[in-house]
Amino acid sequence: MAFPEPKAKKPELPKKLVQNLECKQGAVRAVRFNVDGNYCLTCGSDKSLKLWNPHKGTLLKTYSGHGYEVLDAAGSFDNSQLCSCGADKTVVLWDVASGQVIRKFRGHAGKVNCVQFNEEATVILSGSIDSSIRCWDCRSRGVVPIQILDEAKDGVSSLKVSDYEILSGSVDGRVRRYDLRAGELYSDYVGSPVTSVCFSKDGQCTLAASLDSTLRLLDKDTGELLGEYTGHKNTAYKLDCCLSEKDTHVASCSEDGQVYFWDLVEGSLTLSLPVGKGVVQSLSFHPSEPGLLTATEGRVQFWREESHPAGS
Amino acid sequence: RRRGQKMAAPEASDSEEEELAGYGTALEPLPEGERIKKPVPLQEQTVKDEKGRYKRFHGAFSGGFSAGYFNTVGSKEGWAPSTFVSSRQKRADKTVLGPEDFMDEEDLSEYGIAPKEITTTDDFASKPKDRIKEKARQIAGVTASIPGATALDDLIAPSKITIGVELLRKMGWKEGQGVGPRVKRKPRKQKPEPEVKVYGCALPSEGSEDEEDEYQPENVTFAPKDVIPVDLTPKENVHGLGYKGLDPTKALFGVSGGEHPSLFTDGSEKTSNLLGDLRHSKGRKLGISGQAFGVGALEEEDDDIYATETLSKYDTVLKDEEPGDMLYGWTAPKQYKNKKGMEKEVRYIGKILDGFSLASKSSAPKKTYLPPDLPRNYRPVHYFRPVITARHENPLLLQALVESTGKLETDTPQQNRHTLNASQRRELLGETALKGPSPSVLEYLSGKDKERIKEAKQAAEQQMKTQTLPQQSLNISSSSDGVHHKWQMALGGQLATPGSSDFKPFAKNPEKQKRYEDYVESLKQGQKDTQESHSDPGMTEWERGREREEFFHAAVLYKSSNSVLSSRFTRAKHEDDTDKVEVPRDQEMDIDDKESAVKMKMFGKLTRDKFEWHPEKLLCKRFNVPDPYSDSSIVGLPKVKRDKYSVFNFLTLPESSRTTITQTTNEKMQQNINLNKPKKPSRWDVSDKEKKKKDSISEFISLARSKVDIQQQLPESVIEEDRSRTNEPLPNKAVNESTDQKEESRPSMDLFKAIFASSSDEKSSSSEEDSDEEAHQPPSPVPNSESTKHTNLPDTSSADVQECMAVTNEPDLVPPLLKEELDKEEEFGPRLPPVFFSKTTQEHEPVPLASSLEANQKEKPKKNKEKHKAKREHKHKKEKKKKHKKHRHKGKHKNKKSEKNSSSDTADSSDSLSDIEEITDLSSQELLRRLKHLPAMKQ
Repeated sequence: MAFPEPKAKKPELPKKLVQNLECKQGAVRAVRFNVDGNYCLTCGSDKSLKLWNPHKGTLLKTYSGHGYEVLDAAGSFDNSQLCSCGADKTVVLWDVASGQVIRKFRGHAGKVNCVQFNEEATVILSGSIDSSIRCWDCRSRGVVPIQILDEAKDGVSSLKVSDYEILSGSVDGRVRRYDLRAGELYSDYVGSPVTSVCFSKDGQCTLAASLDSTLRLLDKDTGELLGEYTGHKNTAYKLDCCLSEKDTHVASCSEDGQVYFWDLVEGSLTLSLPVGKGVVQSLSFHPSEPGLLTATEGRVQFWREESHPAGS
Repeated sequence: RRRGQKMAAPEASDSEEEELAGYGTALEPLPEGERIKKPVPLQEQTVKDEKGRYKRFHGAFSGGFSAGYFNTVGSKEGWAPSTFVSSRQKRADKTVLGPEDFMDEEDLSEYGIAPKEITTTDDFASKPKDRIKEKARQIAGVTASIPGATALDDLIAPSKITIGVELLRKMGWKEGQGVGPRVKRKPRKQKPEPEVKVYGCALPSEGSEDEEDEYQPENVTFAPKDVIPVDLTPKENVHGLGYKGLDPTKALFGVSGGEHPSLFTDGSEKTSNLLGDLRHSKGRKLGISGQAFGVGALEEEDDDIYATETLSKYDTVLKDEEPGDMLYGWTAPKQYKNKKGMEKEVRYIGKILDGFSLASKSSAPKKTYLPPDLPRNYRPVHYFRPVITARHENPLLLQALVESTGKLETDTPQQNRHTLNASQRRELLGETALKGPSPSVLEYLSGKDKERIKEAKQAAEQQMKTQTLPQQSLNISSSSDGVHHKWQMALGGQLATPGSSDFKPFAKNPEKQKRYEDYVESLKQGQKDTQESHSDPGMTEWERGREREEFFHAAVLYKSSNSVLSSRFTRAKHEDDTDKVEVPRDQEMDIDDKESAVKMKMFGKLTRDKFEWHPEKLLCKRFNVPDPYSDSSIVGLPKVKRDKYSVFNFLTLPESSRTTITQTTNEKMQQNINLNKPKKPSRWDVSDKEKKKKDSISEFISLARSKVDIQQQLPESVIEEDRSRTNEPLPNKAVNESTDQKEESRPSMDLFKAIFASSSDEKSSSSEEDSDEEAHQPPSPVPNSESTKHTNLPDTSSADVQECMAVTNEPDLVPPLLKEELDKEEEFGPRLPPVFFSKTTQEHEPVPLASSLEANQKEKPKKNKEKHKAKREHKHKKEKKKKHKKHRHKGKHKNKKSEKNSSSDTADSSDSLSDIEEITDLSSQELLRRLKHLPAMKQ
């Protein structure tokens, strides 16, 4: 007698606060999970970058070397390197273990908003307020970027990299996707300054948050609008958005101190998570589990699903 | 006596024993009959190191026996501590010191720490060392009482064969053989076997001597002869070539025979000598000889130890070199002196390729050219004669020189090339003069100017003479009027002279050039209607305007230096596209269409632009993606060349007010001009809402708006905004909108004056209010300011301090200077939230942990919201009040009204702070004073 298939568990949203990290590095400009979600990076306005274990709530290392506040960071696929960017117009490549600066890439004319590694951590891509994306080579010792993508008409606020695509959101209200394999550039007009973009996990859709307090889910291939998510407040600040680990929900920061979750398909607001009083500036979703990191003011909070055993 | 005590002890009474309590372990009783050791006197308590040197004791805690660096306070590097590295990069690396770092080198072996230097082990050590050893051994062997005893030692010596030798052996090599493929060899002539006893170890090369056999079967191959390595040691001494010092073996044993290479019979013995082989003359009896006995000059059998070198010992004839000289490859190639003749020599020896045959006839012999016949009186010595020219002052000297040399340089001065100038040389060379005007300053001047200069010169001269004459006016006629006059002045009367100069800025367009020349001509003549008369009737008004401006710029630009430059430079042979500019081939489509598409939510084709984009090759490589355009060299978006409008578009002159570009120009031009405009206007400069408004609401409204008075405009627009935006109107949004409106249509100047020129500590400007509104959006007491961003509030600050901060940070107290800075630092793009720690709020309402979350979830947000609203509210009110007070007459109450509209709940604020403020219109000083007392009151 065959047992019935175990019913797929309903996706849970992270509601339970399990860790509260007081970062002590000024305002936390960005919080980012590493590749496997075991660690996280916080970018502070006091020029430091910190590596944490959010599950245990322990500070592992502090990376200092930026000349101004750190605005974004990313970890390499093998966790051996970090890259960060900041208002000092530089992009810095760090050695995780020693905490030393491996390289500093200078060339941006303004503060650098976002930074990403490519899949093999051979290239660092950085988007800046100077409306360019620069591709820095980690392999060679050259000081000039491999390529400068200066198609944006205004500052680049967000950047994501897949195995063959570069997705960028710009303040000129466009989401640009550079397809290296096809050699094409797709530019989707959103109408309002884009603050954050991300790919869906299945690589079919792009999510763009803009300053008209709207998140839009666009079909990657055609640029058609698949969903629109409103209800939160994002009119002035550069706030993050993300998709949940199974693409079931869309999450966004808000200026009213909450994190909003929408059902991806229905577009209905499923949860508004009160995080703090100030603006929730940055968030990062765990790559494989329902876990969420939120950064508000000077602290980072780690949220897990309700059924998560509290101890671990 | 001691014994007596001992004896007494057991005798002590029991009670006494009981009374005594023993502590610790008793000392062992001293054995009988032993004396107490005398303590070692202090001067004998010394420590020596392994080399027997005394060690000084510095104290147990100050270094023990070796303090510092050789008992000094310095270190190996001197006085600077070596651990200090002043480098930003090395900040993070901490050198981990191991125990080795603190140990003396001498102790390392003791503790089994391997030496860290790399040395060659014996197995891999090369030969030379051994050779010296062997030689020494040989000497020892000879001098030993039993000769040859050391030979045994050699035999018995442990087999220390180097790896190389071992490998060779494995490959079939035997000692004494050469290395290489086996060869067939003809039997060599037998050589007289030297009757020599060989002592010591036979060196490998030596065995080669007697390996010849008379019988040589056909198919037998031999190992190649051993080759003596050529000694390539550089000559480092100052002795003559080939000099060797007195060899003890020779001196002692009188082996003079081996002294000279050619002394022995010719042959390979030489080589043995090279090897330093020990060899004795025939029949020499070995006897006891040495220093102790001296060299017996009188000994009969002694060879001449004072070897006299006679010429007969040397070779006097150049002979064939022996084949066995073992210097193959190191001597010059032998001259073949075979009698078989030339043809054999020429013959190609080797394999002849298929299809080729050997030439039967040798090629023609090389032709040799004899050196030229020298003249009879040729002397191979050169005398340098001084050059005498006729100009020499001293005729005597001249004559003398002439006499001595017999020759006079009669050259005239101009023939001396160094005295020529460029033009003279040019004449001599028969070159034509440069086409440009000759490089005289006067040449550049027009006739009028020449006159002027002449006048000035005369005037100056006259002044010099008389010093009384009034200075003549240098001004020329001020003929023209209006704009033209201005231009004339600007050009300084030195306009480009169209006729004389080569300067043709519009050479590509001959008609235009002609027009330009006419223009300049007319300008010079002082005509007013400079260009109008010459302009093309087919041109539009706009084009004419452009051209006039261009001509003017061109004339100004090239007014003085043009002719000089044009004579110095030639025109480019190849035309480069100066009037083309590279622009991306594909432009993003018009934004207006997209705007409306977005409005209608028609995403997809309408909002999407697709471009061909060429990634850099290296980028593809790094991404592990094949290059999609592997055969193109373009990077990025493909570019095309478009007409640049004109060079003079890029020139900006301060006095020329740029004419506004009208619609008449064709689209292409328009496009390009747009391109050349300051790049990438930030969207953030202009609120996107405003833009949207422009699109969405009809032209009519905006037109009307601009005409209507500001006072009327504000509320209307707000309402409009409210209507157009379905979103719930936030209280501050209205304010935003209104300020946007204001920016759009500039209000009169006195409004600005009223705003900015008002008292310094008053915060009332609407724009600042706007920014402040935004700053206060997050429910934080600290305003959004770039400066406060980096001054984080200390964590240690207590609640009441925070409270104080909260109020003191009211806009009133922010110094105006700071505010200006804030505005200056306003950045583009979405901003970052302000830095703050709302400690107070945290303390009042701790962030709920998971357990209490559910319960709080319903209450908290509401509470928060209410609080926020309240706070915001009272802020608004306060600002309103200030405004009311100051600018009542400016009609600011409109603004207030709008705020009232937007703010829904104003009344129900129970906040104490707001109460305070509502009650009174306090002066800032008063407020500050009260605030200082506030914490105390609370407590």
